[in-house]
Parts: sequence; structure tokens; C-alpha cells
Amino acid sequence: MMSQVAGYLLLPVLPEIFLSGMAMLLLLIGAYLGANVTRLILGLSIFTLVCTAAIILLLPAGRVETFGGSFVLDDFAKFLKVLALAGSAVTLLLSIEFLEVESRRIFEYAILVMLSSVGMMVLISAGDLILLYLGLELMSLALYVVAASDRDNGKSTEAGLKYFVLGALSSGMLLYGASLIYGFTGTVGFAGIAAAATQGSIGLVFGLVFLLAGLCFKVSAVPFHMWTPDVYEGAPTPITAFFASAPKVAAMAVFTRVALTAFPGITPQWQQVVVFVSIASMVLGSFAAIGQSNIKRLMAYSSIGHMGFALVGLAAGTVEGAQGVLTYVTIYVTMTLGTFAIILAMKRNGVAVEQLSDFAGLSQTNPTLAFFMAALLFSLAGIPPLAGFFAKYYVFIAAIKAGLFTLAVIGVVASVVGAYYYLYIIKLMYFDEPAGAVEPMRVELRAVLAATGVFNILYVFHPAPLVSAAMTAAKSLF
Amino acid sequence: MTTWPILSITTFLPLFGAALVYLLARGSDEAAARNARWIALWVTLVTFGISVILVLQFDPSSTEFQFVEQYPWIAQTVVYHMGVDGISLPFVILTTALMPICIIASWKAITLRVPEYMMAFLVLETLMVGTFTALDLVLFYLFFEGGLIPMFLIIGVWGGPRRVYASFKFFLYTLLGSVLMLLAIMALYWNAGTTDIPTLMRTAVPRGMQTWAWLAFFASFAVKMPMWPVHTWLPDAHVEAPTAGSVILAAILLKMGGYGFLRFSLPMFPLASHDFAPLIFTLSVIAVVYTSLVALMQEDVKKLIAYSSVAHMGFVTMGIFAGTVQGVAGGVFQMISHGIVSGALFLCVGVIYDRMHTRDIDAYGGLVNRMPLYAFAFMVFTMANVGLPGTSGFVGEFLTLIGTFKVNIPTATLATLGVILSAAYALWLYGRVVFGVLAKASLAGIKDLTAREVLTLGPLVALTLLFGFYPKPVLDISAASVQQLVDNYSHAVTAVKTAALAQ
Repeated sequence: MMSQVAGYLLLPVLPEIFLSGMAMLLLLIGAYLGANVTRLILGLSIFTLVCTAAIILLLPAGRVETFGGSFVLDDFAKFLKVLALAGSAVTLLLSIEFLEVESRRIFEYAILVMLSSVGMMVLISAGDLILLYLGLELMSLALYVVAASDRDNGKSTEAGLKYFVLGALSSGMLLYGASLIYGFTGTVGFAGIAAAATQGSIGLVFGLVFLLAGLCFKVSAVPFHMWTPDVYEGAPTPITAFFASAPKVAAMAVFTRVALTAFPGITPQWQQVVVFVSIASMVLGSFAAIGQSNIKRLMAYSSIGHMGFALVGLAAGTVEGAQGVLTYVTIYVTMTLGTFAIILAMKRNGVAVEQLSDFAGLSQTNPTLAFFMAALLFSLAGIPPLAGFFAKYYVFIAAIKAGLFTLAVIGVVASVVGAYYYLYIIKLMYFDEPAGAVEPMRVELRAVLAATGVFNILYVFHPAPLVSAAMTAAKSLF
Repeated sequence: MTTWPILSITTFLPLFGAALVYLLARGSDEAAARNARWIALWVTLVTFGISVILVLQFDPSSTEFQFVEQYPWIAQTVVYHMGVDGISLPFVILTTALMPICIIASWKAITLRVPEYMMAFLVLETLMVGTFTALDLVLFYLFFEGGLIPMFLIIGVWGGPRRVYASFKFFLYTLLGSVLMLLAIMALYWNAGTTDIPTLMRTAVPRGMQTWAWLAFFASFAVKMPMWPVHTWLPDAHVEAPTAGSVILAAILLKMGGYGFLRFSLPMFPLASHDFAPLIFTLSVIAVVYTSLVALMQEDVKKLIAYSSVAHMGFVTMGIFAGTVQGVAGGVFQMISHGIVSGALFLCVGVIYDRMHTRDIDAYGGLVNRMPLYAFAFMVFTMANVGLPGTSGFVGEFLTLIGTFKVNIPTATLATLGVILSAAYALWLYGRVVFGVLAKASLAGIKDLTAREVLTLGPLVALTLLFGFYPKPVLDISAASVQQLVDNYSHAVTAVKTAALAQ
């Protein structure tokens, strides 16, 4: 068979091979043609990401394993890979302006985002702990570099370094956990672990906790969230948008897959960890955001809170819960990217402004911008009839079915507290006097904002496709 | 039966109107404002016209939901399901009838960002009508909660000096109550496998779950209603909202709470409703007596009327949870009547506020000398607020009191005392504002009602008196549905009692 090399089925890995091959090809082109090809490379990278997503959708349906079960391609993986690739592609669109500045004409930027996407795809498809670690590191290493890509900016460099040091620490914890799990089950494959881990011995639970701690760091869930506000604020804004979208998808995916496929036998053991992390994230995300005055820092706390909500679905540990996580992550990505498109558009006299007070009176100076921002903020707050409501609806309905009433009640109350700071921005935009108009939006930002904004507003009229796709994807884990 | 989706048209026509305003009335110049006003007026009038067709084709003898529409939506178990019965139809009509009046009332009063204002009102109308016509819990919740967004903006953008505080308090208070209801909706879904309201009304909910679900729904509706002690958002919201916003708040949004009790609490959790009836009676009596006393102390006209709303809603909750035909029918009637009367009272306040830009009772006095028409209209509504026989306010209060007397005499006795207090504060307000000598120099040049204001207050005066002398139209429409509701409720309660005795 064509797709078999050395006895390994290569068809399921085709998208990854294509994407990494293209990344290297573009790297060569960039190296030969010099720095003035940034735009070309950026365009080609977006095109490649879209093609990769198309290839994923064209792959045969059903569950396929390759490399001895290390690599799993199922509906779950396809769903999240497409979402992560979309997140990366949109990030690159949002970065066009950032890369136009002389000192930042670095074509490697787009290639790093592509390599990071390869890491995410591997991570999403990981079927054992080794591939999980490989994917995680490939994704993270590229992220450390892009965080520091604004070389002349002290804050950006600081963000990259901070992220790197703390990321390395979390990788260490994750590896330690993985080695404990290997030690107590004798295997690294998720299926093997599931078969061996029927009752939680103390050593296995120890390993599980360390593994989960590493994953919590990647999704920036409390108490491993410390890096998030600083990195979000320090990194260039398009990179922040990237951090908030695609890597979160991948990390959430692997979190879900590990918990549900490797440890179904000891669900109560990881469930209590996830419940705690979820509650802590929702509460901290809601309360800590109230005091922020920088919109990027606020979005950092907002994303901590949102990851807490997504984990509510995982805490349920059921197929509905997994469906809830997938729906949540999808809608969350659209809300976040839309909001960052607006943050990127906030410029006065050519200088980006990112204080909350800069939003004052936007409804009078830039009505359309303010309207979309308000819609996205109401959506982030989870107010019906916007898409964000459905995201919360699906995770909480799973929690209720699983009998996690305390978690659900704390969650919805936290969402009310969280609504306060979203409303505060709307108040600034609609109730306060203008602080002056912002510059007209660039066309690519308009396109991203229109797509995400319209999705969030009109989702209510046709929610069925996403829900059923998420259900199909969730079922492939069980 | 019509074949066209008349309920969906009634519900979504205002949303379409909002889109029209957006497309045709852009900019902030005078032309855009004029276009927005006329589009909004026409859309609300046409919506009202269509809702009148609903009344004409409605079969009051049937207890079934009518004009039913069902389309696939989220999943097989959560569908787009619309329909009205005798309990929801009056509220639909109340909403569509008051909207054109609100638009006319805002004609001159709102000069800032008129297209946005009209869009907010039109979107709000869709969400309000949808709340009363939705027959699926998730759909209901969507409309119920969605209404917060336009109201938040209406209070916050076009409100008074403390608008920010009032709008946040309104939004967060209501949201907190509602999210708990959302969890109960989810629990009901897993219990019955569907969120279809007619199905759920026929499904028995386990006793233990009834208690919790009832409390969760109570959290939402009690805040919305509002019941003492969670009423504190209401005076703030009322005082700061623009006139039309206060009208909608008092006339429609408060009724969503009472509608929720009638549609969900009583039919779906009859046993819990029975268990908790004493709690409701206590809170209602406190609301009637205490908020009436608070109203007596107010210096601000709008605040006084806001507290009187809380007191009148106390009669409604008391009547509903009495679980008798008179009590429930009186509750429905009182809500409709209060919708007309309190809406009209806020319009009356708006009339003098537009002229003097103050709501202090002390700033007025002797208006009858220069504003006879106004004095007449205000008098009719004050009397209706007091519950004078011959006005619609009497019928509702009387029925709820009779209904409660059958079940709980102390509650009804204390609530009757509240009627006296309501006479005290309403007459005191009217006397200080309208009667006396016109001594204040600032009032010397005040003008009587304009034609536009007569157009808004006239129909409401007519309805107040009509329903006072001839309440049959409202009572007839709701009779069959109320009868069925009460039958099912008492049947469920007696079944449990007999079972307990048999053991």
C-alpha cells in the first residue's frame, strides 16, 4: 500500500507531514530570498494552514491508529485540529500589521506559528505519553520564541523569558508525572494505562496529579495560571491572540483525551482535581479581572475563567461533558479572536492603546466597532441569545447530569461576577463620554471581526451543526 | 386556524423593524432621528395589529395551546416551540399595545442617539413577546434573559444621573436569580428528557426535586417580580430609566415574574408550591404593608410609584399561590391592570418631568389650576392604583383577596390593610402634586397635555375604566386555562394528602 512506510500507516499523519514539510520549505525560501519576503511567507503560511485543515477533513472517517497506537486519528482529533488550525490561520491574519514594521520583518514568525501548529496537531492526536510530551514541547518551544519576537521591546522579551522558565518547570512536572505513571502501570500507551489503572494506587495517583499539573499550566488553570497575565500583557498583541486561542484548544484537547481515555478506571481520582481546578479558575478569573485596567491583562483573567468553565464539562467525565468541552472551546476561540481583532484595531495617532479607559465613548465615535465589541463581550459573559450562552449551557448541562450540583452553582454564580467586568467595558463604550475616535480598522481585522461577530450573534438561529459535530467528536472518545 | 406562523411574525416583526432602523436611519442628524421614530411607530403598530388577529382567532373555550409552531432547533429534544393559551395571550397583547404608546411617549423626550434608542426598544419587544409565547424552556430562557441586554442599555445610555449604578444593579441582580433557574431547567431536562413546556406540565417531578427546582425558579421570578426583600433594584432602575423604560419595566418586565410562577412553578411543582405557599404569603404581606409604608416616605415621584408597584405585585403573588380560581384569575387580572395603570402613572410622571426636569414631589403643587386634562388623567390612574371600585385596579385586588380568604384568612386580612395604606400614599401624592394653590413661580407657565400626550394617556384612561366596569374580556380569555391550572394543582395536592392519610 502506498501509504505504508516501513510497516507504518502514514495516511493519518499526512496533514502533519504536509504542514511540517511546508514549514521547512518556506523556511528555505525565506532564507534564500531575505527579509523582504515576510508578506509572501505569511500569505503562503495561511494558505498552507487552510490546506492542512482541508486535508484533515478529506481523510477517511472513523478511528485509525498508527505507530503502534501512539498516534490516534479520530473524529475528536479532526474536530480539534481543524479548530486549532483555524485559530493559527486567523492569528497570522491578525499579525499582518505587526510584521509590517521595519524592525519586525521576521519571516520566521509565520514559520514558528506553523511549527507550533504541528505541535498542537501531534498533541491532539497523542495516543501515549511520549507523543504527548513531544507534541507539547514542539508547540511550546515555538511559542516561547514568538512571545519574545518583538526583539526591541523589553516587555516582550520579559514575557518570552518568563513563559519559558515557567513552561520548563511545568514540563518537568509533567515528565515526572509521566514517569511515575509508567512506573506504576508499566506502559505509556493510553489504552494500556486504562487497562492497568483500575484502582488508583498511591503512586499512580501521584503521577496523575503531576501530569494534570503540567496540563493545567498549559491551559492556564488556577493554581498554575501565574504566568498568564504577565505573558498576555507583555507579548505583542497578535501573539497574545494566538496564546489565547489555538494552544488553548490543543491543551484542552489533550487534557480531555488523557483524562477520559487513559484514566477512565479511576475517574473519581482525577475528577476531584478537575473540580477543584475548575472552581478555582472560574472564581479567580471572575474576581481578579475586576481590578484590571489593561485590556490584555483583563483578557488574560478572562481566559483563565473561561478555561475553568470548559473544565466544568470535563469534570462531568461523560460523553455530554466532552461534547460540552468541544462546544465551549470552539465558541471561546471565536469570541477571543474577535475581541483581539478589536484590541488590535484600538489605535490612536498610530499608537496602539490598551487601557480600558481608551474604550470610553467608542459607541459614538466608532459605532460598528462598539456594537461588535458589545456583542462579543455579552457573549463572553454568557448572556443569551449570544453564542457564549450556549457554550456555558452545554458544560453546565453535563455537570448537572453528572450530579455535580455544587460545581454548577459555584460556576453560574462566578459567571455573574464575571459579567460585571464585561459590562464595565460596555459601560465605558456606551455610557461614557468619548475619548476620541480610533483609527479606521484594517481590512483583515474587519474580516476577522465580521466573521466572529456574526457567528456569535447569529449562532442562536442555527445551533444544530456545531452541536452534532461536537457530539460525534465526543463519542469517539468513548 | 391560520396556516401562516402568526406567533413568530408577532414575535420577530419588531426585530425586523430594528434591522430596518439600522439600515434606513443611520447617522445622528435630525432626518435619521425622524426616520427612526416613524419606522419604530409603524412597526409597533403593525405588530399590535397582528396581535389583535390573535385575539380574534383565539378560542377561549379551549385549554390547549393555540397557534402552535414547532420547528427543529438545537436537537430533537430542544425545539423551537411557540404557542399561547389564555394565560399568556393577555400579556402578549399588553406588550404589543403598550409599545406604540412608549414610542410616542419618547417622541420628543429622547433627542440623543434616537435610532439606537428605537432599535433597543424594538429588540426588547421581540424578547418580551417571545418570553410569553415560548413553549420550550431553553427558548423561554433565551428570551427571558436576552431582555436584560436592551434594558441595560436603555437605562444606562438614556437614564438619569445614577444610571450606571442602576443599570448594573438591575442587570446583575436579575442575572444572578436567573442562572439558578437555568440549572433547574437543566435538571428538569434530565428528569423528563425534554424541555418542552406542555410535556413538562404533564410530567410528574419527584418530590425532592420539586423543592429544589421550585426554589431555583423562585430565585429568578422573585427577583423579577420583584418580591420583598429582593426588590431593591427596582426603585433604582425605575428612577434612573427614561420614561418609556420605566413604563416597560413596570408594565411588562415585572409581569414576567408572575407569568413564570403561573407557567412553571404552579403546574410543574404543585407539591413544592403548596409547601412553600406560607412563605409566599408571608413575603407578599410584608411587601404589601412594608413597601406601602416605604412609599409614604418618598420624596421622589417615580420612587413612590416604584414602591407601590412592589406592593401591588404582593397581591399578585398572594393570589397566585392561594391556588384558587379567584386568586389565580385575580392574579392574572391584577397584572394586566397594573400593567396599564403603573405604565400610565409613569407616563404621567414623564409629562411633568419633561416640563420641569425634576421628580421631587415638593417641586410641584396646584397643577390642577393650569393642567385640568392632566389632573383628570392622573386622577383616574391614582384611583386605579388605590383600587377604587369602577377602575381596573379594584377588580384585581378584590379577586386576589377573595381567593386568599378561602385559604388563609390572616394573610388576606393583613393584605386588606395594605389597601388602606395604598390609598394613603396615592392620595397624598396626588394631593401634593395636583391640588392646592399654584404658588411656585417655576410652575406659573406650565402647559397642559399636548395632543401627543393625550394620544398616549387617552387609551389607557379608557382601558382602566372599561376593565373597571366590564372586566369580562380579560377574565373570559383566561378562564379556561386558569380553571385547568387550578384543577391540576388541587388534584396533585389532594392526591398526595390522600396518599398520606391512607398510610
